[in-house]
Amino acid sequence: MPSNSPFLRQPASVQSVMLKVLVALLPGIAMYVWFFGWAVLIQISLASVTALAAEAAMLAARRKPVRHFLTDGSALVTAWLIALSLPSIVPWWLTVLAVLIAIVVAKHLYGGLGQNPFNPAMVAFAAMIVAYPQFMSQWPAAGATDLATQINAIFGQRQLDAMVMATPLDTLRTALHTSGLNATVESVLANKTTYGFLGGKGWELVALGYLIGGLWLVQQRVITWQIPAAFIVAFGGIAGLTHLIDSAQFAGAGFHLFSGGAMLGAFFIATDPVSASTTPRGKLIYAAGIALIDWVIRVYGAYPDGIAFSTLLMNICVPLIDKSTQPPVFGHKEKRP
Amino acid sequence: MRQLFSFTGGVKPASHKIESNRGVVIVAPLPNVLVVPLRQNAGLPSRPLVQAGDKVLKGQTIAGPGGSISVAIHAPTSGTVRGIETHAIPHPSGLLAPCVVIEADGEDRWIDRKPIDPYALPADELRARLRDAGVVGLGGAAFPSFVKTQHGPTQRIDTLIVNGAECEPFITCDDLLMRTQAGQILEGAAVLAHIAGAQRVVVGIEDNKPEAVAAMTAAAGKRSGLPVEVIAVPTRYPAGGEKQLIRVLTGIEVPFGKLPPDYGVQCFNVATAYATARALLHGEPMISRLVTVTGNVERPGNFEVRIGMPIADLVALAGPKADTDRNLMGGPMMGFALPTLDAPVVKATNCILAASKALFPPPGPEMPCIRCGACARACPMDLQPFEMYWFSRAKILGKAQEYHLFDCIECGCCAYVCPSRIPLVDYYRFAKSEIRAREKEKDAADVARLRYEFRLEREERDKQEKAAKLAAKAAETKARLAEAGDADDKKAMIAAAVARTQEQKAEENPSAE
Ligand code: SF4
Ligand code: SF4
Repeated sequence: MPSNSPFLRQPASVQSVMLKVLVALLPGIAMYVWFFGWAVLIQISLASVTALAAEAAMLAARRKPVRHFLTDGSALVTAWLIALSLPSIVPWWLTVLAVLIAIVVAKHLYGGLGQNPFNPAMVAFAAMIVAYPQFMSQWPAAGATDLATQINAIFGQRQLDAMVMATPLDTLRTALHTSGLNATVESVLANKTTYGFLGGKGWELVALGYLIGGLWLVQQRVITWQIPAAFIVAFGGIAGLTHLIDSAQFAGAGFHLFSGGAMLGAFFIATDPVSASTTPRGKLIYAAGIALIDWVIRVYGAYPDGIAFSTLLMNICVPLIDKSTQPPVFGHKEKRP
Repeated sequence: MRQLFSFTGGVKPASHKIESNRGVVIVAPLPNVLVVPLRQNAGLPSRPLVQAGDKVLKGQTIAGPGGSISVAIHAPTSGTVRGIETHAIPHPSGLLAPCVVIEADGEDRWIDRKPIDPYALPADELRARLRDAGVVGLGGAAFPSFVKTQHGPTQRIDTLIVNGAECEPFITCDDLLMRTQAGQILEGAAVLAHIAGAQRVVVGIEDNKPEAVAAMTAAAGKRSGLPVEVIAVPTRYPAGGEKQLIRVLTGIEVPFGKLPPDYGVQCFNVATAYATARALLHGEPMISRLVTVTGNVERPGNFEVRIGMPIADLVALAGPKADTDRNLMGGPMMGFALPTLDAPVVKATNCILAASKALFPPPGPEMPCIRCGACARACPMDLQPFEMYWFSRAKILGKAQEYHLFDCIECGCCAYVCPSRIPLVDYYRFAKSEIRAREKEKDAADVARLRYEFRLEREERDKQEKAAKLAAKAAETKARLAEAGDADDKKAMIAAAVARTQEQKAEENPSAE
């Protein structure tokens, strides 16, 4: 029993929080496997093993109790997010490298669990997209590849031409940027081998899986509603508005929300508690900021999706946001601290 | 129907009230020896009025108020004073303090009890009687009640709130008191309202105590005159915190640094109202109280206990189980572990909770804060506990204060929900005591500095006065010289003046001597 009050404690633990996050990722992962094959599970396993090994090594090096921290599950969450953000057929060493960067550099060199100002998974993703842009743009097409080819792509010879395609976001952007006024959003999205009802074919259902898992996390009070809601409203808002103004050049809200990393970002990445804003109003600003920056990168930037860069940019702003959005204290409601 | 407000945060731990609430008061047997501490109220300890060998009657004053915020203390039974001895008192640090030790004669003979008609006496007189009857807040803080009925010129008390929320898990003594003494509680509340000049009484009771609500409502229905409302408030810890209950019942938020009378309200516990009725309407000073004994015991229940009964004897009545590893005074959220059961029951003792590993499992190893914000969502004072924790731990105390450390009421909600099992409240207690210690030091330094500056100023003033005197004398001399015009005379006078100046200088600068 604790030595001082309160002697009662709710049976909550960091471990159970992290476990719930992993569980919440399962619907999205299931969709991923259904449409794009087993490769993503291989990547998740690879990332998990690497993360646990790196975590254990770093804990030992920092003379921390290894078992105690290794079982908290935080390394696994980082690993899974990396595996789900990278294309599922990147070579194995790229996944391993990304996870090492996340765990060793972005997490432990900053002081370990709870100390990292930047989202480790996004630091790793950003590093990879800068260092290996060629691999980071190779995504499998829905239903296009079998397991053997995928394994081959990950561990062996890469003969990718047959199986890869640019992501729906990529295709849209390239089409709009290169063929000038001839291509409209409508004409590009009409290609039903790439596009489904809302976003990319298959991807939209993966996004739906993340949405379902994410809503469960809100219901379980693992995350609060502010970040996903502000993200979705801001992202949907800017996309919808620009689409209204010029529907030929700007894709609509549904497309943007159900493409790329939007849903994963809204519920699983922007909500990483350690690197996110903590106040209710701050969370709204923080998540809306990520959404808007992401949209700008998608539409005008050099990369098809910008969730990593936008998250890191907003991570920098967190201390300022938190400081200026402190909620009023009991009895001090009229003046803000 | 009164509009209710809510406070943010709070938690809902399992209430564990069933165990101890069997609807009956068990009268604890009279102990042979009673140990009555002189320090029982917040404020100053009482001043003993008896000595070894004195015979005392039940209810006789054995110590008078030791200052303006202090009350009298009474013999819990008749007997002989063995002496004023240093003895363990209930305190987290195992503090020893002077206590009046009384050997009971077993006759339990009362003093001559003098009931009064409180409505025929002026408020000041009634306050003095409350003080002399030893009435203090029985919710746990033991603050002298007569002080709380006063208010300053810019304050007022319109609404008297009676706190029957009893939000701490396990504790049921207020519940039982309301079920069995509803009428007397309201009598006492009416007297307190009369003293404070309040226009109405509002009783707040958590809605997990329907019997108490019913009993109090029925008793209120039988009364006439002063309006009394009995309100069931939603059960959520800490609804019984003074600030939270005032907020729920009136919508008023009393911030740190202000008092309820600044906002027209004042709050008393139900047991305090009952003690007031006993004291004034029956002439019985505060010598016993209801104590819940529960937790890891065979026969949990509520006991009518004399102040001064050894806690060990009280716990024995409830049949402690073998695997009890500690006993708490108070509830599991805000109580403290008793270093020794040798200590006596005091006025602030509302509950003795026997703890075991099974009842309160060790919380598991502490992890770093992951900034999940669960603590902030649970905090009833709308604080950011993890920020306060961070700065308290790093001993950046100024920052901790900027995050309103002193608004923290130490309710424990934050630590209760923390998934990293950080003993957050320990850090706040530490930081607060550290800040208080530093302020004390600074105060001492300030006083020394002021004294020094004052001395310098005085010396400077003396110097100037002397200089002025000298100047006047010099001018006078000059004038006389001008008149005399005599060179020798002049020289002599100058020599005399120089000598005088040197004398003065020596006087001004004593260290040169
Ligand atoms: S509940 Fe615990 S882990 Fe979460 S923010 Fe508060 S102190 Fe940190
Ligand atoms: S102990 Fe203090 S900081 Fe923690 S919940 Fe209670 S008031 Fe808030």
